[in-house]
Amino acid sequence: MLLIFVLVLSTFLGFEIIAKVPSQLHTPLMSGSNAISGITIVGALVSLTGALGTGDSTIQIALGTAAVVFATINVVGGYMVTERMLAMFTKKEKKE
Amino acid sequence: MNGILDINLQDFFYIVSAALFVFGLKMMQKSESARKGNLISAIGMLVAVITALLGSQILNWQWILLGLAIGSLIGALSSRLVAMTAMPEMVALFNGFGGMASLLVSWSAFHQLYTSGELATSPWNQMVIISLTLLIGGVTFTGSLIAWGKLSGKLTTRPVLFPGQNIVNFLILLALLTAILYLGPLQGVLLNYQNGILSPYSIFIIIMVLSGILGILSVIPIGGGDMPVVISLLNSYSGMAACAAGFVISNNVLIVSGALVGSSGIILTNIMCKAMNRSLTNVLFSGFGAASTGKRKNKDQQGEVKALSVEDAYYLLEAAASVVIVPGYGMAVAQAQHIVQEIAQLLEENGAEVDFAIHPVAGRMPGHMNVLLAEAKVPYDKLREMDDINPRIDQVDVAVVIGANDVVNPAARTDKDSPLYGMPVINVEKAKTVIVLKRSMNTGFAGIDNPLFYMDNTRMLFGDAKATLQALVSELKSK
Repeated sequence: MLLIFVLVLSTFLGFEIIAKVPSQLHTPLMSGSNAISGITIVGALVSLTGALGTGDSTIQIALGTAAVVFATINVVGGYMVTERMLAMFTKKEKKE
Repeated sequence: MNGILDINLQDFFYIVSAALFVFGLKMMQKSESARKGNLISAIGMLVAVITALLGSQILNWQWILLGLAIGSLIGALSSRLVAMTAMPEMVALFNGFGGMASLLVSWSAFHQLYTSGELATSPWNQMVIISLTLLIGGVTFTGSLIAWGKLSGKLTTRPVLFPGQNIVNFLILLALLTAILYLGPLQGVLLNYQNGILSPYSIFIIIMVLSGILGILSVIPIGGGDMPVVISLLNSYSGMAACAAGFVISNNVLIVSGALVGSSGIILTNIMCKAMNRSLTNVLFSGFGAASTGKRKNKDQQGEVKALSVEDAYYLLEAAASVVIVPGYGMAVAQAQHIVQEIAQLLEENGAEVDFAIHPVAGRMPGHMNVLLAEAKVPYDKLREMDDINPRIDQVDVAVVIGANDVVNPAARTDKDSPLYGMPVINVEKAKTVIVLKRSMNTGFAGIDNPLFYMDNTRMLFGDAKATLQALVSELKSK
């Protein structure tokens, strides 16, 4: 129940914050928030660290490793591409 | 099995990480602080990853390292190599990977319960959560792959429709619901649960396969022009998948950040829908642009298309005191953003006032044109939003439409039969002269005919946008 409480509050918080982002920044916002959705990497790591249980069956290792790979692509790629875009935006502003 | 951090410290660091995400997103509200915001959000991610690693005994460190190394390599390389024009495909693909990761986490959790024999005794709500993560993750993954295929041109951008599509979707949803009920609340009720025809594991696999099919079926009927809505929605799904995975492993930071991304995607979806004057249901189910506009063609083609030579275009622009450039996806396809900026500069040196008019859904994702023009170093204050430019467009001498089509279609205001009717557009036809750069007379991404091309004050400049603009630049420079 506490988890649902957290869910509801964060959803409202998300609406409040995101609604104020200008349309100019929507693409970086999207790639940046996409990187945040890679937080599922924590779930992937936890499934490999053994916190979920024995964690030593071949299938579980395969699933966990694949999950880590996909989530890491999402995280690393997402943040780096956002940085690349935002760097173009700010450089130009300094010029003005 | 305790790691270096005890459970209280873990919770503390997860809260820190969630707070950093919130701060990071908050700083995205201003372009000056957005870059720092992204960094803060990335630090939040690092805190979460380290906390997860130190939180329990690490059993499979070699696999963790391998996974992190492969993922970082692919992620870093693709983010370096991707062209700014291909950003929508990239974001679609990353959304899909996020969904896939959540799917795998759910599978891993299920497998662990299954092999340890705890499946029959685990609470039904846990099974529902695992199934829902699987469902959302699967839909996000295949849906994003289809979106990626459509955006990169590997799949048809036309809506794919077949008879009974909605019925098939409904039946799949029904089957999914039944399967989830069977794994969850009904597991104790059905006596044959363990020895029945379908083992829990096969039901789990069925849910996975059906979710994948549902993802494909829900994106194929959506036309290319509606892609900004779809990738916003898939962005939201990838957040919800992470959020659901948070419930599977009872982890607050996943729930908070998943919810943030989920709501962010919904807001963007909503903005995109408003910019097209359509409801989300209409975007998702109508197969917009599928029916070609055969009967309308006769009505519209009353005027005649007036082609223009590069030299004539030069004389028009040279004499203009105010010019508005309206870029669209065609500019991205032709990689013409740099040359567009060069022209804008040359025209300004010539004494003209040059603005860029950006329609909210121009391009294939929210804010796509802004990123491309930023890449070409077009200054911020030159970019005007639609509502800003429309009231004064009748004072503009020349409007130059570069690879945009539906967002400047006057039928959206005048023709009640047009599928675009009611969509806010940039009223370029009110400018004194309109120059439209276009590859050919084919209809746009959405497949809808555009009466703008037949109007008296419209001149068509046919050919590849980049080559045409290049020729125009040399004209401007030589005289």
